[in-house]
Amino acid sequence: MLKLENINWSLEDGRRILNDISLEIPDGKLVVVTGPNGGGKTTLAKVVAGLVTPDSGKIYLEDEDITSLDITERAKRGISYAFQQPVRFKGLTVRDLLELAAGGKLNEAAVCALLGKVGLCTHDYIDREVNASLSGGEIKRIEIATVLARNTKLSIFDEPEAGIDLWSFSGLVDVFGELKNKIKGTLLIISHQERILEIADEIVVVSDGAVRTMGTAQEVLPKLLAGEIARNCGRRC
Amino acid sequence: MNSVTQELLKIISDYDGESFKGAYNIREDGGCAARQSTENIKIETKQDAPGLVITIKPYTKGERVYIPACVTHSGVDDLVYNDFYVGEGADVTIVAGCGVHNDGEEEARHNGIHRFFIERNANVVYEEKHIGTGKSNGLRKIDPVTDVTLGEGAKLTMDTVQLSGVDFTTRVTRGVLDKNAKLIIRERLMTDGVEQAKTDFEVTLKGEDSGVDLMSRSVAKGNSYQAYRSVIKGENRCTGHSECDAILVGNGKVAAAPELVASHCDAELIHEAAIGKIAGEQILKLRTLGLTEEEAEQKIISGFLK
Repeated sequence: MLKLENINWSLEDGRRILNDISLEIPDGKLVVVTGPNGGGKTTLAKVVAGLVTPDSGKIYLEDEDITSLDITERAKRGISYAFQQPVRFKGLTVRDLLELAAGGKLNEAAVCALLGKVGLCTHDYIDREVNASLSGGEIKRIEIATVLARNTKLSIFDEPEAGIDLWSFSGLVDVFGELKNKIKGTLLIISHQERILEIADEIVVVSDGAVRTMGTAQEVLPKLLAGEIARNCGRRC
Repeated sequence: MNSVTQELLKIISDYDGESFKGAYNIREDGGCAARQSTENIKIETKQDAPGLVITIKPYTKGERVYIPACVTHSGVDDLVYNDFYVGEGADVTIVAGCGVHNDGEEEARHNGIHRFFIERNANVVYEEKHIGTGKSNGLRKIDPVTDVTLGEGAKLTMDTVQLSGVDFTTRVTRGVLDKNAKLIIRERLMTDGVEQAKTDFEVTLKGEDSGVDLMSRSVAKGNSYQAYRSVIKGENRCTGHSECDAILVGNGKVAAAPELVASHCDAELIHEAAIGKIAGEQILKLRTLGLTEEEAEQKIISGFLK
């Protein structure tokens, strides 16, 4: 289980982005963190992966205090993080990146299985460089595949829908739907998308740097949608 | 051939400890250590200057020729002129690595001037790997000159690598292309310490529909310095592309001066250049996969220079 206790983090100019967040993410669930833009979701994900160091508060992974561990150490403890804007590399191929993620050589069948899970044909991609020639949808899928290759206790996906077209997004929802059934660990997805919220086990709503609501998808989703409809209706009227 | 040459040959060419498969000439400290011609590839001593004349018969297919040169000790200044005549329709690979080993205090230098005359529709892959070894303060220098004349429909793919140990290098490559000829150059270069590397390309696209694709990737570490210059001249309907990417590590410095000269309205010439340190995001990404910062940097560089 991942546990956050009283996490605070502010920008250099003093603006507080995370405001005393406490949260428990249970094992083996698909948890979606949602909420308005600028509410602190991505910062929260980065705090968990070690990309952002909180000003105060504690982070526990399976009862171990990992607050002082750096990115590498947290990765080795079993935390994976899929970037919202995947990074491109001149020279490193899809195979190179997947092997780095897996921590060793992968045979053709293993690469095929990983790329197949994200809907890519191995033959077309295995030797391609992870460079600017890949489309937004392609690189997003490869980013997700690097996280799958690690097969860790906790996999964080930061807005997997960002920057990809509708057609690719539809395929990605299917990917997460399947992952939910296959993967052993916990999936933590930052998302605004209703279709991703629909496949969640649990939903956490973060806004203004604090947890507003948390509960099962059945409890939280109807309230979220009702609130959205009310807001839109209010604007129109 | 001495043991240093044997070790250098393993690094710069396909030497398996016994011999090469195909035609070869092994140059050691300015002399000939071994030579073999084949039915289709003749290697002869050049009469007017130190060096070789390599003649490849028309329509020779799938053969390899090895022309490695090794300098194995201090105080050697080796200058060699090798001329390659590749006959019409031939399809061959030429491997011409150079290793300079210096355990003494004086300078050790190899200066190889290679001229290629590639006839109509011939296809040549040219591999060139350079390395400096040895622990002394004596300088290791390699100054290759590659001069290419490509006939109608001919193609040369040049793959050139220098990854460590050469204190000073000036690499000059010139090409003149006839109708439909293609020149592809892939250069990978890494310097460290106070090493200096200068690269100078000049390609003239004379013939209609000729084309050049030039890609240079380099890493400048420590206090090393690299200067890149390329000139592509389009004198007909043609395509020219050059790309210079450099990564800086530590106090490394890189100067890039690409130049395009189009003197025909259908000449399409493009240049791309980028110099900078390793992107912080790249290191972060690899750290999220469990690599340390140092491991991430090393992987990014080795992938970049692959």
